Amino acid sequence: MTDNEVVLRLEDVVKTFPGVRALDGVQLEVRAGEVHCLLGQNGAGKSTLIKVLSGVHRPDEGRIEWLGGEFKPANPQAAMKAGIATIYQELDLVDDLSVAENAFLGHEPRRFGFVRRGYMSRHTRQILTRLGHGEIPPGRMVRSLPAAGKQVVSMARALSHDAKLIIMDEPSAVLAHDEVDNLFRIIRDLTSNGIAVIYISHRLEEIREIGDRVTVLKDGRTTAANLPARTTPTRDLVSRMTGRTIEYVFPEQSTQDRGEELLRVDGLGRAGEFADISLSVHSGEIVGIAGLVGSGRSELLETIFGARRAESGTVTVRGKTLRPGSVGAAVRAGLGMAPEERKSQALLLGEPIYRNVTLATFTGYARGGFTNAGKEIAEANRIADLLELRPRDVRRPVRTLSGGNQQKVVVGRWLLGDTKLLLLDEPTRGVDVGARAELYQVIRDLAARGVGVLLVSSEVPEVLGLADRVLVMREGRMVREAPAGELDEDTVLDLVMAGSLQAEEVTL
Amino acid sequence: MTTTQTAAPPAPEKPAEKRSWWRDDASEPLRRNLALVGVLILLVIIGIATRPDLYGDSTWVRNNIFTILELASVIGVVTVGMTFVIIGGGIDLSVGAIVALAGVWSTTVATQSYGAGGMIFCAVAVGIGVGVVNGILIAYGRLVAFIATLAMLVAARGLAAQISGKQTQVSTNTFINDIAAGDLLGIPLLVYILAAVVAAGWVLLNRTTFGRRTVAVGGNVEAARLAGINVKRHTLLLYALSGLCCGIAAIMLTSQANSAQAAMANLYELDAIAAAIIGGTLLSGGRGTIIGSLLGVIVFATITNLFAINNLSTEVQNMVKGGIIVAAVLVQQFRYKSLSQLFNRT
Repeated sequence: MTDNEVVLRLEDVVKTFPGVRALDGVQLEVRAGEVHCLLGQNGAGKSTLIKVLSGVHRPDEGRIEWLGGEFKPANPQAAMKAGIATIYQELDLVDDLSVAENAFLGHEPRRFGFVRRGYMSRHTRQILTRLGHGEIPPGRMVRSLPAAGKQVVSMARALSHDAKLIIMDEPSAVLAHDEVDNLFRIIRDLTSNGIAVIYISHRLEEIREIGDRVTVLKDGRTTAANLPARTTPTRDLVSRMTGRTIEYVFPEQSTQDRGEELLRVDGLGRAGEFADISLSVHSGEIVGIAGLVGSGRSELLETIFGARRAESGTVTVRGKTLRPGSVGAAVRAGLGMAPEERKSQALLLGEPIYRNVTLATFTGYARGGFTNAGKEIAEANRIADLLELRPRDVRRPVRTLSGGNQQKVVVGRWLLGDTKLLLLDEPTRGVDVGARAELYQVIRDLAARGVGVLLVSSEVPEVLGLADRVLVMREGRMVREAPAGELDEDTVLDLVMAGSLQAEEVTL
Repeated sequence: MTTTQTAAPPAPEKPAEKRSWWRDDASEPLRRNLALVGVLILLVIIGIATRPDLYGDSTWVRNNIFTILELASVIGVVTVGMTFVIIGGGIDLSVGAIVALAGVWSTTVATQSYGAGGMIFCAVAVGIGVGVVNGILIAYGRLVAFIATLAMLVAARGLAAQISGKQTQVSTNTFINDIAAGDLLGIPLLVYILAAVVAAGWVLLNRTTFGRRTVAVGGNVEAARLAGINVKRHTLLLYALSGLCCGIAAIMLTSQANSAQAAMANLYELDAIAAAIIGGTLLSGGRGTIIGSLLGVIVFATITNLFAINNLSTEVQNMVKGGIIVAAVLVQQFRYKSLSQLFNRT
């Protein structure tokens, strides 16, 4: 691998925004045909680096060398033309255009001003076949594809530009477990054709599996370059990222007895989503739900919270049955939920942090209908201290925070008021290792205070490490319930995956 | 007149390490409002340049200011309600029709027999009632606001024409008729009403849970819902509030004309939306200010006044208004873009 030529070299790249040095001397060296992993906490500068490479931002200082020449793209189109394609975490596809139209978006093959649809369609089919997904029809609307299929289209777009470097920003975040294997197969295929890949992920095991070399960023600086991806000890990687040596450390399991029953779910079901689910959560208990994307776990959580109307079954909180389909009733009964999609489901991005923190409770601080901004800011400050929010100024718009800190705002919202039962849907998605440990501690502290927690996560170690009791879901059904201590990762994965492999193959 | 200096685009100085209050996100509405003040000053300068004879007379200038504010008062009241609806993520195309219906209903012979109190109650009740119907259709019937209020625009004017028999209904109530003619301490009563509604609107938007919910519902309806806010009820209340403002406006307009008819308040919906938009209210919801909307209304009233004192036709005036709407939005986009570009580049 190392004998391949260097295609991309960054030297001392600096990029400042008012008040922050987003990149403060980045070194990066990428060779043809390698998978180069970028590691770093949220806010370490990965996103800015991607944007510099894809032509969105221009660096203030430093030098970028691309295929032997200096690289100064005027705009994203120029970067694309030069052969650098970026696949963003939130895929930038047009849902109502076909696969082929998306693949050639912005550079449609034309003759006399008319799009050569036949040529475009054939060419797209070729690319898809090359990606191992010849079964996706080029004429299909992108809207109807599953997440994994959309990602393939995104890659087809990159290849339609004849990209020599593809940047993938957390590509596995939207994928189920077995779909990730598929993604890796595609990546291996690309690299064997000499295409370089910059791969960004928070999941160390993925980096071990697919990566060749690793560069670690911290606070906008390269803290380690070109480490071997497979052999560098985890401890080293984490310490380069955080300056600390923590791994997925879970706080001590609480030993206290579980208290009264807070939540009882009986025979809950919604057609096509999940059926006949029964569970209970006690005061001070953390219950984890493990399952693949599409197993109905998020839908279950939203139904318990009343955001979806239950078609059968009941939700009872402390002996009182909740009116189905009413979030208001759930909140009044002391339920709180941190939904899966932070930006679209939980945050007012343009509003200050404190107003986001108090979104569910500001009525409580109000007197006679008048809001009490002083009290709200004080309470938000308390939460910000508790969760070590960075930056600390609660008057800043939430938009300016990193993903992990935005997540803290969402969780923090329910630490105010008297939330008795917290529903957490993927609380650590897109959250870096350091912030994760903090969030774990917060969740444990809550439980120790007597709050019940119902937690959904795709990451099995997280469910096992955090929960007292684990429920395993598959295809809308509860397949196993056991104390966390009686299960291990392999058992859960077996339960979660059984029978799903073929099903996922068909949908893709 | 220090405002003229501050309204100018910020100097392209190098951004300091720490963001000054001026570049702060929170002062974005302030920057927009100052820009509108700048436009107002520009309009006054044009007025002075074209009619120096009039501007030489201080009594005329004073009276002309009140003329402008009176001109702005009715549409201003409607715009306050409209601003709430737009910030809350909706639109109300039926405001002009509601004003007409409320005006006509409150000036029927039967209603006038109940005196001024009966007329005012009727106008306000009709306004709120129609607003509630709008709100029910949109919040609970899940109609798109644009469609529901467009239908109401047609239907309410139809009902107004039905009630009035397409006749102009003269108001014989001297209390109502005297509102527009009266003044207190030399300031017209209509201006007090506008000021009261604007002040109430400002407090409601910025200091109450109702205002907070409005921003939340318009900014991210899913987040608001999952935070336990009753989005449907709030949406209904927003249209009821808009209707209430229309009811108040109906009384003001009736008082100005001493009569009401089905064709009154024609195209008020467009004036109100335009004023809110150039005042910085985001058409997609979640952002906007009452002060900005008020300034938007006053800018339009000043333009109308400028044409009147120069004896120019309303046709030309409408063309210029259209141009101003486009220009104001373009300028704001440009300012906003150039500012954010400044952030990104340097």
